[in-house]
Amino acid sequence: MAETDKQIASGAELAGLTRSGTSSRNLFATGMSILVAVFTLVTLIPLVAVIFDVAREGIGLLSLDLFTQLPPPPGLSEGGFGHAIIGTLITLGIGALLSVPFGVMAAVYLTEFGRGTRIAYWVRFAANVLSGVPAILCGLFAYGVVVLTTGSFSAFAGGVALSVVMVPIVLRTAEEGLLLVPLEVRQASLALGANQFQTISKIVIPAALPAIATGVTLSLARAGGEAAPLLFTALNNNFWSTDPTQPIATMSVLIYFFSIIPYKPQQQLAWAAALVLLVIILTFSITSRVITAQKKY
Amino acid sequence: MTSATGTNLFRQKTNTIEKRSTPIRIVDQTFYWLTLTFAVGLGVVLTWIVLNVAMQAMPAIQANGFSFLMTTTWDPVRNIYGVLPQIYGTLVSSIIALLIAVPMGLGVAVFLSEDFLPPQVQNAIAFATELLAAVPSVVYGLWGIFVLIPFLRPFFNFLHDNLGWIPLFSTTPRGNSLLTLGIVLAIMIIPTIIAISRGTLKSLPPELRSGSMALGATRWETILKVLIPAGFSGIVGSVMLALGRALGETMAAAMIVGNTNRISISILDPGATIASLIASQFGEAGRVQVAALLYAGLVLMILTLLVNILAEYIIKRFQNVE
Repeated sequence: MAETDKQIASGAELAGLTRSGTSSRNLFATGMSILVAVFTLVTLIPLVAVIFDVAREGIGLLSLDLFTQLPPPPGLSEGGFGHAIIGTLITLGIGALLSVPFGVMAAVYLTEFGRGTRIAYWVRFAANVLSGVPAILCGLFAYGVVVLTTGSFSAFAGGVALSVVMVPIVLRTAEEGLLLVPLEVRQASLALGANQFQTISKIVIPAALPAIATGVTLSLARAGGEAAPLLFTALNNNFWSTDPTQPIATMSVLIYFFSIIPYKPQQQLAWAAALVLLVIILTFSITSRVITAQKKY
Repeated sequence: MTSATGTNLFRQKTNTIEKRSTPIRIVDQTFYWLTLTFAVGLGVVLTWIVLNVAMQAMPAIQANGFSFLMTTTWDPVRNIYGVLPQIYGTLVSSIIALLIAVPMGLGVAVFLSEDFLPPQVQNAIAFATELLAAVPSVVYGLWGIFVLIPFLRPFFNFLHDNLGWIPLFSTTPRGNSLLTLGIVLAIMIIPTIIAISRGTLKSLPPELRSGSMALGATRWETILKVLIPAGFSGIVGSVMLALGRALGETMAAAMIVGNTNRISISILDPGATIASLIASQFGEAGRVQVAALLYAGLVLMILTLLVNILAEYIIKRFQNVE
């Protein structure tokens, strides 16, 4: 691009090739350039505003109590949301336990066995469509499959709902990572006498591990902020719980419930929870970027 | 993606010098079938989700039939259910979001794929917009309730006072409204449009640009008449994906739209979306109403599946041309 411009500039000395800054075509071009620059600025404002506002509202409320206490009864102040932090970790953990093996194994099929096959085409298609299914429907699915079957809302049902949200992300990033491992590495391993299982599990997957870790981190960042799938599955809980068969509080659901009730202390807890959640999620997102930067091959 | 089967190392029929011992072949075969099972399992899960929601909705489908889509009543006492206002609210808020997000997102994508800025700055801004996509929707909802709604109030009052003769702005603004939700949804979907459109524009062959410039086109004639048409499917695909996300967005909608069961021509009035209806009613719903909510979920599912499959199809077609 820059070169093209320079060439045009050097040719401009010739009569008749001069660009007129005031011709309508060039004015239009300049105007459009300014317009898209303004669009970019305007787009960045909400990002800065959301993060800035959450930090401003939440930072004064940060205290150790937030992480160790239960929320106060409606109308009373102080307290914390320690139980919701535990709950988010537990539901995310169950989600990861279910989705990571699922996504990685499916990705192994796509890159190692199924390249160019129709099955791989349709699996990839299903993964893309699944990643577009609204999270609330993943929740309704888990409600139907787990909650109705076991007869109660539970952390496990929440984990199932989150795993459906996570699987397509894990699959896609793991697939990209596995594709980056050169074919020669596999050939070398096979030539040395390793069998397929050894080659894939000891050579190919370790080489793609940074990419797989990225996928897992990204999926955790995405699922950690989801409230919609948890409303009908993990529900909520006002007390400490680590039992996967019982309803459990989570950060995102707590923010939702506390932001729609008219009590100031609860709303403040919602802001503090939003800050903690945002810090966790942005850390995950940025970490995943850093991991991607370290390529093994 | 369309790599030749020659790279399919493990499934090649080769003349092995000596067959591997049986236990090793069993391990390899088991592993192969295991990965295949998980891969196919993904498709099974997708189908299962659709069927499961449809099955749960069955009682409501039998009771309400297609009039569910045309009725404006949501009456748990008499068990009469219809989601016309919610369908209307879902579509209107998504259209508002697209009207804002498509020109803005496309503009940013152009700005970040041309040589206006050094590549490092471009990538930094693109990274920032990706972080915008990582912010949870409850946080957008919280921010919408306590920051954006008060902030927008003077603008909404201005719209109503000066343009109140237009039916769209004909009612007194009360904060929660389809317009507010549309604006929040726009903020949420812009990163999707930027990421995919920018990727598409950057992947276009450089000859297109130099050819157009050589023929004397200005930068913007090149962008508007050559580059955007060439990347059109990718851009449309990104818009469809963004639309799918806006249609199904739940928490921000439930927190901002007001959850009122009516259709108003004014976008300054509160409304409801299908997702906000499900999120806000599910807690107190009895058995019959849950089925009705799942019927609403099925409607949303069909809507988003159509949009997403279309998006997939459009993007795939573009990749194949490439």
